[in-house]
Amino acid sequence: MTRPVLRVEGLSVAFDHPLGKVQAVDDVSFALMPGERFGLAGESGSGKSTLALSILRLIKPPGHIEAGSVWLDDARIAHLDDNGIRQLRLAGIALVPQGSMNSLNPVLRIGGQIADAFADHGLRLGYRQEQRRIAALLDAVGLPASVARMYPHELSGGMKQRACIAVAISLRPKVIIADEPTSALDVVVQRQVMATLARVQQELGAAVILVGHDMGLMAQFVDRLGIMYAGRLVEVAPIADIIARPRHPYTRALIAALPSLEQRGVLAGIPGLAPSLRELPSGCAFHPRCALATDRCRTKRPALRDIAGAQIACHLA
Amino acid sequence: MRGILRYFRRNPSLMLGIALLASLALFVVIGGMMVDIEDARPLSAPTLRAPSWDYPFGTDRQGRDLLAVMIAGTPLTLRIGFIAGFLGVGIGTVLAFIAAYYRGALDTVIRGVADIGLTVPGLLVLIIIAVSLKGTLTVNQMAIVVASLAWLYPTRTIRAQVLSLRERGYVEVARLSGMSGPAIIFFELMPNLLPYLAATLVNAVSAAILASIGLEVLGLGPIDAPTLGMTLYWVNFNAAMINGWWWWWAAPTVIIVTVFLGLFFLTVGLDEIANPRLRRSA
Amino acid sequence: MLPLIEAVNVGKRFAGGIGREGTLALAGLSLAIHPERPSVIAVVGESGSGKTTLARLLLGLVEPTEGMVRYRGEDLRRLGRDARRAFRRDVQAVFQDPYGVYNPFYRVDHVLAMPVRRFGLAASRSEARDLIGEALRAVGLRPEEILGRYPHQLSGGQRQRVMVARALLPKPKLIVADEPVSMVDASLRATILGSLRKLTDEHGISILYITHDLATAYQVSDAILVLYRAHLAEAGAIEPVVRRPQHPYTQLLVSAIPRAHVERDWLVQENEMPRNGVGLTPEGCVFADRCPHAVGLCVAGPPMLHHTETRRAIACVQYREHAVLSAGALGEVLSP
Repeated sequence: MTRPVLRVEGLSVAFDHPLGKVQAVDDVSFALMPGERFGLAGESGSGKSTLALSILRLIKPPGHIEAGSVWLDDARIAHLDDNGIRQLRLAGIALVPQGSMNSLNPVLRIGGQIADAFADHGLRLGYRQEQRRIAALLDAVGLPASVARMYPHELSGGMKQRACIAVAISLRPKVIIADEPTSALDVVVQRQVMATLARVQQELGAAVILVGHDMGLMAQFVDRLGIMYAGRLVEVAPIADIIARPRHPYTRALIAALPSLEQRGVLAGIPGLAPSLRELPSGCAFHPRCALATDRCRTKRPALRDIAGAQIACHLA
Repeated sequence: MRGILRYFRRNPSLMLGIALLASLALFVVIGGMMVDIEDARPLSAPTLRAPSWDYPFGTDRQGRDLLAVMIAGTPLTLRIGFIAGFLGVGIGTVLAFIAAYYRGALDTVIRGVADIGLTVPGLLVLIIIAVSLKGTLTVNQMAIVVASLAWLYPTRTIRAQVLSLRERGYVEVARLSGMSGPAIIFFELMPNLLPYLAATLVNAVSAAILASIGLEVLGLGPIDAPTLGMTLYWVNFNAAMINGWWWWWAAPTVIIVTVFLGLFFLTVGLDEIANPRLRRSA
Repeated sequence: MLPLIEAVNVGKRFAGGIGREGTLALAGLSLAIHPERPSVIAVVGESGSGKTTLARLLLGLVEPTEGMVRYRGEDLRRLGRDARRAFRRDVQAVFQDPYGVYNPFYRVDHVLAMPVRRFGLAASRSEARDLIGEALRAVGLRPEEILGRYPHQLSGGQRQRVMVARALLPKPKLIVADEPVSMVDASLRATILGSLRKLTDEHGISILYITHDLATAYQVSDAILVLYRAHLAEAGAIEPVVRRPQHPYTQLLVSAIPRAHVERDWLVQENEMPRNGVGLTPEGCVFADRCPHAVGLCVAGPPMLHHTETRRAIACVQYREHAVLSAGALGEVLSP
């Protein structure tokens, strides 16, 4: 029985605001197996990005981790001091950020930025060895070695994102967190980038957490999917199950909202508005928009329960 | 009221600036009620008296009561600064909007003139203008002389702001809704620029006061007016520092320093309003 | 019957700097929108395809470097003041970004009151209020929840719908919607697109739906133009073009969309992408370097637009045995 490479237990993240506390992530728990591809899906305000960043303790004040803990291979991350967490970032858990255009330093060449990663983690290599490593990394993401001498503005969006992947895998991390890595890219380039990510992930044996909102992308890429709504995990299941038999009403609505390419006139939305994270509805956060809401849904918050190989937070499951 | 006080706590510069300028205003107003302004003219008092109960700021070589001079001169100096500053920013704003919104040849001309003007040493130009005018200057003419250059820098900086604002989505929406160019400038662009304009105005007033004092110290100002700069001119003319008549230059110096400190803190405070990124958190 | 708005071989090239070549934003394209046949026409392409440039040319926000855009037969650049005002009433727009389109200084009422005032749509204040209320209700919003608020107090979806309401006020014949839902959550997209579709079906307003999202285009449009690198690749009725794409680029686009199916062949297809050895030439087809069917003819000269079916036209040499489509006839292919 393999042990999970990453465990998140009861993680809660809040932002202090003069008008009231914003509960961005509320008591989230999940486990990630080595080599697994796990998706975190949700819309804006669901807390998925905050959750991903808080695993790396990248949340800045006024945001802070209120409760819960994160384990990487049985080592508790929360206990690490600043230096410890810095060493962990990139070497243990790497981040491929959203908006690669803003994540690469515009005045440094790509090769230099990868070399920075090595230096920051105490990796002392001779010049030629370093260049070879960089060339190998670029090759792994399908970029020619000449890219090492280029500046970010000389690369296209897809190439920049792949360069970010190269930086992310440079120290052979165990977990790669990809936060909406393709949101600014065209579908064709998106497929290139995701195929690259899949390939490097398999070669490294690393696990991937893909944060996003495109259910089609999740369906084609991840092994297991977690759905987030208003900072809470509402459903976690193998992807085939979620697509074939979505259990939570929100999951069903999300899948229904995906425009089909087979039949016209079936575009469906979800009525109502996303809840304000400062004033969440009582009971189940989704009940104001759920057609099946009962009194119990309005008063009691459903817990995430195991049901037939999946986890679901719904009174009606 | 509480809201205003709370804001001042977050923006101490603004508070300090307003306090300094307000105390000057009080000095002028209350002083004007207690002292006879006519004593600011020559031969009103015995000459070269050190500060005493009768003459708290002392007197100068021409027999002016320096307290009266300060009370009369401070508003004059400020008036020059304000008129020049307002004129400068007023002209600058109009030119900047025209250049930035309509672009093209108009922009090239306005920008070119401003750029060339900025490279020429300002004081030099002012001296030449002041020397060329026939007869002695009045305070208002002084203001216009200074204003002739005060529009250059505001034009450039406001133009840069407008250039960035005109690309905003709401400007295009306004065009699609049938708004004309001048209407867009006035209703869409101007309101978003008000804090920046206020900060620019205070800057311009500061610069104008400095320029006018500079001209006056050189003897090119309104020779009969008891302005702060002219007082310093007489200080120089009579070698008051070497002669040890310290009260003569101390009074205008203190007042000038107060004016500039007040305007400076006001600028910093206004900058914080104009640029939300500078705002301190509560 | 004169078309409402017509692009006649319109193209846009942005001038380069010193020693730098200019960028071709849109190659010559001809298109006509007829007000008596309202429909939703999608313009699909990726960044750099020229779709936004086409929208801005049709809106008169940018001037063409070749060809012209005509409003009711007259060149946009030569419209008199009254004609220009009529043009602005007939052709409205909704933009992508629901944030930047609001002036942070004013409440949202301002953006709705502006067209009422400028176009003289109401005789009195209460009439204006009624008009605005009607427009808001037409997009599924409740006036009492929207009016009096500042933009930052509304959600992105609400802001975008207010923009659609604003576009509706002058009762236009055409609304150019440039990526109206790409910055809006998935669950709201259907509602907003649904209200746009309703505008066409119930109010007779044509919509030019500019997007990179082929799936929503398929759901909501009647016809489609597929642009690639400033050129038109394929155009026609929506069903045949999306269900049976014939241009190699359209085929690539359709296959690259990840579907929410249990079958997973999406990633596999990427690894099976053929790479050809044909390079690009300035005169040839812009897709030649990525096309699995590229031949020598493709780099020799630009492909013509061939009329392959009644409601389909393709710019590809593979279909050269079909007749070439004349410049003005694209409108017929799109909306018969």
